[in-house]
Amino acid sequence: MRNSNEIIDDIANKEYEYGFTTDIEMDIAPAGLNEDVIRFISAKKEEPEWLLEWRLKGYQAFKKMQLPKWQHFDMPEMDFQKVSYYAAPKKKKQLNSLDEVDPELLATFEKLGIPLNEQKALSGVAVDAVFDSVSVATTFKGKLKEMGVIFCSFGEAVREHPDLVKKYLGSVVPHSDNIFAALNAAVFSDGSFVYIPKGVRCPMELSTYFRINAQNTGQFERTLIIADDNSYVSYLEGCTAPMRDENQLHAAVVELVAMDHAEIKYSTVQNWYPGDKDGKGGIYNFVTKRGICKGNSSKISWTQVETGSAITWKYPSVILQGDDAMGEFYSVAVTRNKQIADTGTKIYHLGRNTRSRIISKGISAGQGENTYRGLVQVGPRAHNARNFTQCDSLLIGNRCGAHTFPYIESRNKSATVEHEATTSKIGEDQIFYLNQRGIDTEKAVALIVNGYAKEVLNQLPMEFAVEAQKLLSITLEGSVG
Amino acid sequence: MLTIKNLHAEVDGKEILKGIDLEIRKGEVHAIMGPNGSGKSSLASVLAGRENYTVTQGEVNFDGKDLLELSPEDRAREGMFLAFQYPVEIPGVSNINFLKTALNEIRAYKGLPAMEAKEFLKLTKEKQQLVEFNANLMNRSLNEGFSGGEKKRNEILQLAMLDPKLGILDETDSGLDIDALRIVAGGVNKLRGPEKSFLVITHYQRLLDYIVPDFVHVLYNGRIVKTGTKELALELEEKGYDWLKEAEVHV
Ligand SMILES: Nc1ncnc2c1ncn2[C@@H]1O[C@H](COP(=O)(O)OP(=O)(O)OP(=O)(O)O)[C@@H](O)[C@H]1O
Ligand SMILES: [Mg+2]
Repeated sequence: MRNSNEIIDDIANKEYEYGFTTDIEMDIAPAGLNEDVIRFISAKKEEPEWLLEWRLKGYQAFKKMQLPKWQHFDMPEMDFQKVSYYAAPKKKKQLNSLDEVDPELLATFEKLGIPLNEQKALSGVAVDAVFDSVSVATTFKGKLKEMGVIFCSFGEAVREHPDLVKKYLGSVVPHSDNIFAALNAAVFSDGSFVYIPKGVRCPMELSTYFRINAQNTGQFERTLIIADDNSYVSYLEGCTAPMRDENQLHAAVVELVAMDHAEIKYSTVQNWYPGDKDGKGGIYNFVTKRGICKGNSSKISWTQVETGSAITWKYPSVILQGDDAMGEFYSVAVTRNKQIADTGTKIYHLGRNTRSRIISKGISAGQGENTYRGLVQVGPRAHNARNFTQCDSLLIGNRCGAHTFPYIESRNKSATVEHEATTSKIGEDQIFYLNQRGIDTEKAVALIVNGYAKEVLNQLPMEFAVEAQKLLSITLEGSVG
Repeated sequence: MLTIKNLHAEVDGKEILKGIDLEIRKGEVHAIMGPNGSGKSSLASVLAGRENYTVTQGEVNFDGKDLLELSPEDRAREGMFLAFQYPVEIPGVSNINFLKTALNEIRAYKGLPAMEAKEFLKLTKEKQQLVEFNANLMNRSLNEGFSGGEKKRNEILQLAMLDPKLGILDETDSGLDIDALRIVAGGVNKLRGPEKSFLVITHYQRLLDYIVPDFVHVLYNGRIVKTGTKELALELEEKGYDWLKEAEVHV
């Protein structure tokens, strides 16, 4: 008879199922970071001069910055000169339709459960697929265009909609925001661009799927979403990477802008390769995500399910500038084996009657370390600002850790800021109770974990909630003890 | 149905069960009584396969299978059900989702497909009525914030849903008000049948007025020191356990 410790160990050792690689001809820049490399990237992408200059400003900022020291883990050594900053599948000619995409690439995405063929794709979801640094295909573009919705790769947006890009690029996350954002500004490869015109409710979920394939490269995509007055969009990103022994850096930037009465719902299911059970390999996920509720009564909502990466370092934030604006952050972060997650949010209440809600659920198993780090800041003008924060930690086994660092800075007496926190453990008696009803330990853990994370999972678009539930179950298979 | 031979078990190096012999045949109801700490719940735990108990000697046969070789979940799937003395709370997991999962896991073990949603709801409704279970509790988190009596009723509802061969009731009566006791006992009686057996652990002969046992055993200090019929329960009610202490010394 296997005891629950053994089952937990199994869960902890469960292999990553997206760890395959794709053989495809690539254009890869030599390793190293300097002005020439940045010029090379910009030239490859046939960018206008203003964008090259912006990149170079980012590079200048990057050179002056140090790796942060405040996080609750030892920052690994990062040799930025060993990484190649440009990798793209060799393009034979300009693509006019999906039929012209390399079949090897289509097959890769199909294998990941992301069919790019519109007939096979999930109805109601438009996908932009990014392979290494480059967007390879965007589905349902025509249909969206009819409504005036722009959904395309970042590179295409620079060519087709330069005014919009120029106006908003770096307006929420400046080129010098932090070292990873500065690096991204200098070398960003591609990413997605979304513009929802006034009064339009985007008729389908927009989704980007990121895949790292090449070795010794980093992935540095940028996403920019603008929701004009009275518009609505729901956007989802997913990601995977092959299993490799060395660590790969993913340093993305996401900027959201919501105008008057606009709403942006941004969901992430992050499943980058987490490394093996001894902590070898895995993605370093250092991401800067920030949204601004510029208009009155606008709303930005971040939902994240973080199960992958060796290290996750991200704090999706909301600046509540407009009056009556609302910011939300819903997060489930799972760490097992030797994974580290230091994640949370920052909410800046600037406008009157601004509200925010933070629900964070950390789950640690194996020797995983999970940190919630959050800042709620209320400015002097933010009369009647309200925040509610609920921050829960669930421990599975005895070797993992959970930590919470909530910071509150209020400069307005009429503000209400509430913080609740709990830490719990999956008890042996709970597992036994479920065992006694015919439910094995793995299923029992999955049931408890999904129940625990329900409030966050419920925020995901339906198609993805089911996937996320499965992912949580698989991720924790074998983790109880 | 269940044959226990010379069962010894310890927890944290301390021997709790010191040689139990018990035979429960199909359709029979056995009651176990005995003072606090005598090992009644321990016996139930060992039968259900709780990990912290170590069986040091003896054997248990359950409907033709070596029970001690089975994992706790397989014991449940083979038809052993334990209504806990202290049911645990599981936040976030709804009662109904839990019941559905349990039912379908047991069905899968038997090679049956998952139950259709409609059929499941019908079954739930029917069994809810059997123990007059408050329907509002179905969508709440499993046992979370349930009153003592609601938890006990929930145990019997689960028993009714999962339809085991052997139901072990560990002090299901304690914490129930008089009406609830009658309802729950009535529910159990309706579940009785020629293929089903029950092992009822209780301190009170009152329960045995409702669920009339075929045999009554007295567990004392890890051993069954006396076996009789339902009259024994009356005698215990009257005399307590002291007279059996002496009996044990003589044995
Ligand atoms: N984990 C443990 N460590 C040490 N002793 C234990 C442990 N679990 C149970 N025991 C002891 O085993 C003995 C039997 O306990 P058990 O719960 O089986 O009694 P019981 O007959 O069910 O009592 P009650 O009528 O009060 O429910 C008690 O002395 C108890 O303290
Ligand atoms: Mg007991």
